[in-house]
Amino acid sequence: MEEAANQMSPAVRESKTAYDNIRERFGDAISEFDANPTMPFFEVLDASRWVDIALYMRDNSLLQFNYLACLSGVDYPEEQKVGIVCNFECIGKYTHRIAVKVKCQRDGGSIPSVSCVWHTANWHEREAYDMYGMVFEGHPDLRRILCPEDWTGYPLRKDYQVQETYHGIKVPY
Amino acid sequence: MQELGKVESNSTRIIRQDDKRVTIEKDLDTEHMVLSMGPQHPSTHGVLRLECITDGEVVVEAEPYLGYLHRCFEKHCEKIDYPAIVPYTDRMDYLAGMNSELAYCITVEKLLDIEIPRRVEFIRVIVSELNRIASHLVAIGTYAIDLGAFTPFLFCFRDREHIMNLLEWISGARMLYNYIWIGGLAYDVPADFKKRVDEFVTYFRPKAVELYKLLTENEIFVKRTYDIGIMPADVAINYGWSGPMLRGSGVKWDLRRNDPYSIYPELDFEVPVPDGKFSVVGDCLSRHLVRALEMEESLRIIEQCLAKMPEEPNFNSRALIPKKIRPKAGEVYGRAENPRGELGYYIVSDGKSTSPIRCKARSSCFVNLSAMKDLSKGQLIPDLVAIIGSIDIVLGEVDR
Repeated sequence: MEEAANQMSPAVRESKTAYDNIRERFGDAISEFDANPTMPFFEVLDASRWVDIALYMRDNSLLQFNYLACLSGVDYPEEQKVGIVCNFECIGKYTHRIAVKVKCQRDGGSIPSVSCVWHTANWHEREAYDMYGMVFEGHPDLRRILCPEDWTGYPLRKDYQVQETYHGIKVPY
Repeated sequence: MQELGKVESNSTRIIRQDDKRVTIEKDLDTEHMVLSMGPQHPSTHGVLRLECITDGEVVVEAEPYLGYLHRCFEKHCEKIDYPAIVPYTDRMDYLAGMNSELAYCITVEKLLDIEIPRRVEFIRVIVSELNRIASHLVAIGTYAIDLGAFTPFLFCFRDREHIMNLLEWISGARMLYNYIWIGGLAYDVPADFKKRVDEFVTYFRPKAVELYKLLTENEIFVKRTYDIGIMPADVAINYGWSGPMLRGSGVKWDLRRNDPYSIYPELDFEVPVPDGKFSVVGDCLSRHLVRALEMEESLRIIEQCLAKMPEEPNFNSRALIPKKIRPKAGEVYGRAENPRGELGYYIVSDGKSTSPIRCKARSSCFVNLSAMKDLSKGQLIPDLVAIIGSIDIVLGEVDR
């Protein structure tokens, strides 16, 4: 175990320290730490605690993840799930970064919204909803953002079939 | 007594009295009006629609509507090979194609874990800093035009033309370069490249000072931007702002310094942040000021790169490009400092396919624009134009 910790690059070790802090507070609600060198992450297993975890990550004086760099929707067809990947970092006191994954059921699944924690999440969650169709509970304004509001289907899902016509216009070209 | 109509609850009513006189009730309220700005509006810099609810001259709320330029970049990426995505990245932020390519290429290189020749790194930094100056010149020129000053626009485009010619000479294209490739470059630079870039730096330095005097210190311009659209630093961070927008709010945050990539750690440059003497920290003028000062820093970076760049005769810039790009299974989030802020790519590879199974572009303007609703509350309509201009959006990148 210790040997593995020694092989980590300094950046991954920083993420691991941050992860240990969150793990101590939330225990089994989050998964084991994935210490890959390109994007170390952990997964939130109990999605209902996602907002609590988010608030803790932002407000804890040892973490201070005040900057949500990116929030991307992802499709996991083999698990029958869709999810989001958030990349966090701290502007100011610390230099640590970490990524967090949250998943939900593919059909009718929902993830709690963190747009009240980071304003960045507002539009990014709208985009994820637009492209993947997961619902963000508690989002103040969950509408499509890039596609027209009467578009059908969620374009970035792997099994997406484009509609034949849109307002009488042929869509596939 | 018959009521003929009413507007908004009970405040304004038109009433027909019993003796057929028509009277209007006295305690009138001003009505809110919906004003649609765009999608075809010169000051929205592309096809952005702002639905403004106005109370006389004051904007109560402005809601941006996007997607007019949505071209499914991310869906296309899942169908094409890694190197074939590079031209698509040009078309996102078409004013800073080199920077977009650089951000994408360093992300894939991080996933591939490959070494890049030193000469390639220097050329990459030179072309992307040249492109940064060109992009800032457009930002400053069009900002001036939004606020009614036409001359600076012509000055900016005259100087930008030199950069466009240089980049065309290197890559063969004026805006959509496809020059920086994964693992290398499309071509090595021409023989007297150093000389001509050096000439440009000597030419441009006094012009930048001239532009500063002409526009940034211009009283009318300052009056239009001073103390308008203030964004405090903590809110800016919460909104995920980056680049000149975040630095305009007084946060010294530049990915070239704070998450260094390529050869930036070896270079000596300042990160300009407004000190509050000339502008109010976080207002439109601060954001403009950061862009104006950054051009000088880019010139310094270019000079240092020209001096340090290793000379290698018969250099093959494609020598180390992998034959088949198929990264091992994994995911990566890589980013670079674009003229507009942090451009990030989240790429997932399954280790089998030659195209990514997920490629998300984190666009800086998209995130910067999301604060529009907050920024516009209670501003005058002409100030709204000043605020949009100071965000410096490129709709190609917002809508992807």
